[in-house]
Amino acid sequence: MKKDKMKEDPFYELLVRKQRKVRIENLKRTWYRFSRNKLSVFGLSILFGIIILAIFADYLTPYPHHAELYINFSERYQPPSLNHLFGTDMYGRDVFSRTIFGFRYALMMVAVVLSLVVPIGVILGLIAGYYKGTWIESIIVRTSEVFVALPPLVLALSIASVLEPNVFNAMMAVSLMWWPWYVRLVYSMTSSLRNEPYILAAKAIGEPTYRILFKELLPNMLGPILTKVTLDAGWVIIIGAAISFVGLGAQPPTPDLGTMVSEYGRYLPEYWWMTFGPAFGIVLLILSFNLIGDGVRDAFASE
Amino acid sequence: MKIKKAFDNFIFKRFIYSIFVLFALSILIFTLARLLPGDPARLALGPRAPEDVVQRYREQLHLDKPIYIQYFYWLNDVIHLSLGRSLVTFRDVSEDIYEFLPATLELILFSGIIIVIGALTLGVISGRKPGSTVDNAMRLFAYVGISIPAFVWAIILQLIFAYWLNVLPAMGRISSGIPSPPRITGFMTIDSLLTGNLVAFIDSIEHLILPATALAIGPLAQDARILRANLIENIGKDYVLNFKSHGIPESTIYFKYALKPSLIPVIAVMGLDIASLLGNAFLVELIFNWPGLSRYGINAMLRKDLNAIVGVTLVIGLVFIIANLIVDLIIYRLDPRIKYHEKR
Amino acid sequence: MELLNIQNLFVNYYSYWYTYRVINGVSLSVNAGEKIGLIGESGSGKTTLLKSILRILPPQGKIISGDIFFKGKNILKMKNDELNIIRRKHIGMIFQDPLAALNPVFKIKDQILEILKYSENSNKTDKRELLRKAEQLLKEVALPEPERVLDSYPFQLSGGMRQRVMIAMALASAKELLLADEPTTNLDVTIQDQILKLLNNEVQKRKLSLILVSHALGMVSRMTDRTYVMYGGDIVEEAPTRELFKEPLHPYTQLLLQSVPRISVKGIGEGIKGNPPDYRYPPPGCRFHPRCPFAMEICKKEKPQMITIGNRKVACHLYNNKEK
Repeated sequence: MKKDKMKEDPFYELLVRKQRKVRIENLKRTWYRFSRNKLSVFGLSILFGIIILAIFADYLTPYPHHAELYINFSERYQPPSLNHLFGTDMYGRDVFSRTIFGFRYALMMVAVVLSLVVPIGVILGLIAGYYKGTWIESIIVRTSEVFVALPPLVLALSIASVLEPNVFNAMMAVSLMWWPWYVRLVYSMTSSLRNEPYILAAKAIGEPTYRILFKELLPNMLGPILTKVTLDAGWVIIIGAAISFVGLGAQPPTPDLGTMVSEYGRYLPEYWWMTFGPAFGIVLLILSFNLIGDGVRDAFASE
Repeated sequence: MKIKKAFDNFIFKRFIYSIFVLFALSILIFTLARLLPGDPARLALGPRAPEDVVQRYREQLHLDKPIYIQYFYWLNDVIHLSLGRSLVTFRDVSEDIYEFLPATLELILFSGIIIVIGALTLGVISGRKPGSTVDNAMRLFAYVGISIPAFVWAIILQLIFAYWLNVLPAMGRISSGIPSPPRITGFMTIDSLLTGNLVAFIDSIEHLILPATALAIGPLAQDARILRANLIENIGKDYVLNFKSHGIPESTIYFKYALKPSLIPVIAVMGLDIASLLGNAFLVELIFNWPGLSRYGINAMLRKDLNAIVGVTLVIGLVFIIANLIVDLIIYRLDPRIKYHEKR
Repeated sequence: MELLNIQNLFVNYYSYWYTYRVINGVSLSVNAGEKIGLIGESGSGKTTLLKSILRILPPQGKIISGDIFFKGKNILKMKNDELNIIRRKHIGMIFQDPLAALNPVFKIKDQILEILKYSENSNKTDKRELLRKAEQLLKEVALPEPERVLDSYPFQLSGGMRQRVMIAMALASAKELLLADEPTTNLDVTIQDQILKLLNNEVQKRKLSLILVSHALGMVSRMTDRTYVMYGGDIVEEAPTRELFKEPLHPYTQLLLQSVPRISVKGIGEGIKGNPPDYRYPPPGCRFHPRCPFAMEICKKEKPQMITIGNRKVACHLYNNKEK
């Protein structure tokens, strides 16, 4: 087969190796630009800190046992103090510790959803864009259009509402409605790039399709995709929190941030500090992702 | 005239396509809904209802038939402008929607007005002198605005303005002491005006301010940023420099000749953001106890009221699609490039 | 009479990360009625130079030091009101890409009227009067059906028509000096000649002074009296046009003229090896030395000064002892 012979050709090897080197150089330079942006690095460090806190929550929080079921009525409704940074809730649990545990669920949701949605969406988008004009493209694109026709939150809630309310199903619901957005992005980029000379050249020399998709097209789309992933992280958190807030996600006593905001919200305005804890956690997480996302966008865009 | 026809064709095609999309959406939601483990009939009538009553109800809901048959029954209902019976209110879902939809629409439109005015002002002032203190302050505000989700803003605004400062009401559409105007459009504000009830008018506006602002801040900040970025980019473009080279005053150039090309893409985004408010309104309505579609929808979701869930989702989808089409129309009117390109 | 005198101009562009030293001490003069050519590669700073004259650099650009005298007054020190009068009535500019230089979302009518509002005496804001003047202007640049053109958007016109509109606009504001930035580069070859003739006619008719920037060397050689050569942000040679083209002194000019494909000479001319300088980290000494076939040790260390040889000037160490 012509293709196998190609792999043995020493010049081809050299070409591929050189391509790889150039690409790594580009990525290094992009990282350099990103690191010069103080705000983004700040965002990255906040995120990093949150991740560490979340992973080692059992050891780093003052009252790890308050995370789930715990009752101590003598300590309830305490305003913020040195002992309890965010005060205590209606069961006497330390809100600060629970917020830290809440980060776990939030981060888990981001990780699970994005690691499902991004690969599937990107691959489908590549296929759809590359095979433009065929029935494969039509199916993929039309299906995506259906999902995109609704405001995301509504769709997520609808899907979540027909499932048992728990953390896992919330993640599934969000994943199910999120992948089409990546299909759209990658599809539009692939469609415009597929007639570029270097792609046609690769086709002409018989480069295998999967190689064209992943080694030629995909690296050129890395910037917008990464930007979207980081900015989406913030949105996943919002939608996840919304699902829990409404009661369709994690159920009490699970210390999910959205669930807590809804639980504690019933005690407004007297014990307002309780809501502050998880709300602040949500905002901090979103803020860090936004900062990082902006930095990623600028770093990729400046050439 | 040829141009107009080409465009009408375009809009028409889009509309038909959207109908198909809605159709597919209904299949999707319907399938998901009927996959729910559990028994809707039993859920509706409660655990104490006798079995034969439940069985009769089950048959009434066609739950014993295969799913595509159920779908056809449902479709039949839709054609007759009914969306099935709600398991909670026992009314036709379309009646429920008719009752609650205007409240949500009013909220969204009011929010939209805030977004447009706010984003325009902020963007224009900020872009005039990039790097100045005013600009930096506005950028900071914009950043904070984007990073805080709407429902958190709702809680914050409610806390500060309703509970602590006590200047605006915390809940509902209209104060309990005031008789609500008769329903003409369903919009409290318009109805009050139409019946000359100034007290109700002012009161309903007061009730609108907090929830509408909570919804508006995020998109407002986002769109202001985009407008600012566009302005800054276009100020360096040759067509602006050209006018500068003819000695045309700076302010004329900025507020007219740089603003228009910067504004057009922002209007598209603003339109879409306003349409998306339908989604975010879900949570804000809960917090402010706003008697709108979202609150009804969430209740339906918690109670597994399947017809209502499907109905609400579809209606929102429909409104969303219509809103998108309207945005396209507006863009078409504003950007001459699209208008005339259809000719080809 | 000296109309325009640029002395020792330095201009930088600033991006978020870098500083680009684009114009590096340029001096240039134009006498009344003179037609000056300015040639050099793309990116040598020619457009920046023109924009600096009218002070219409984009926001990232800043004039660092130097003077620009117009009829004796220093443009760089003028206040806005005075500057605007110069812009409205005395100096006009034709931009490089007419599609980019015309506002895409306004009709030609709106744009020309706005310009005329300020270039004519603004007491006459009578719209009909201005409209008449606009039509007259468009007829002068040989645009058929001026009403249709006025009612169009820039993208609806052909490249040649847009260029004529550009010229019309520039002429409205230019009583003494016209700055033409590559007026034919973006056009079809067949149209280029027409535009050239038009430009020549108008300049003669209105007795304008002209700075013509181009890398179409043939055009420059036919239209100008004196020519400057620019490279990497410096002026490297200045001479009466015919002499420059007959006997270029600076190595860069020589290579530039050689690389033009001509029917009379067999084969394709060689390009100049290498790339234009990176303005962020310009080479020390003479900015051309990395690409110069005659580069000497001193070229890498000292920036060459302008040496006068008769009625010509050149900035190159090769001519250090030839001052006359």
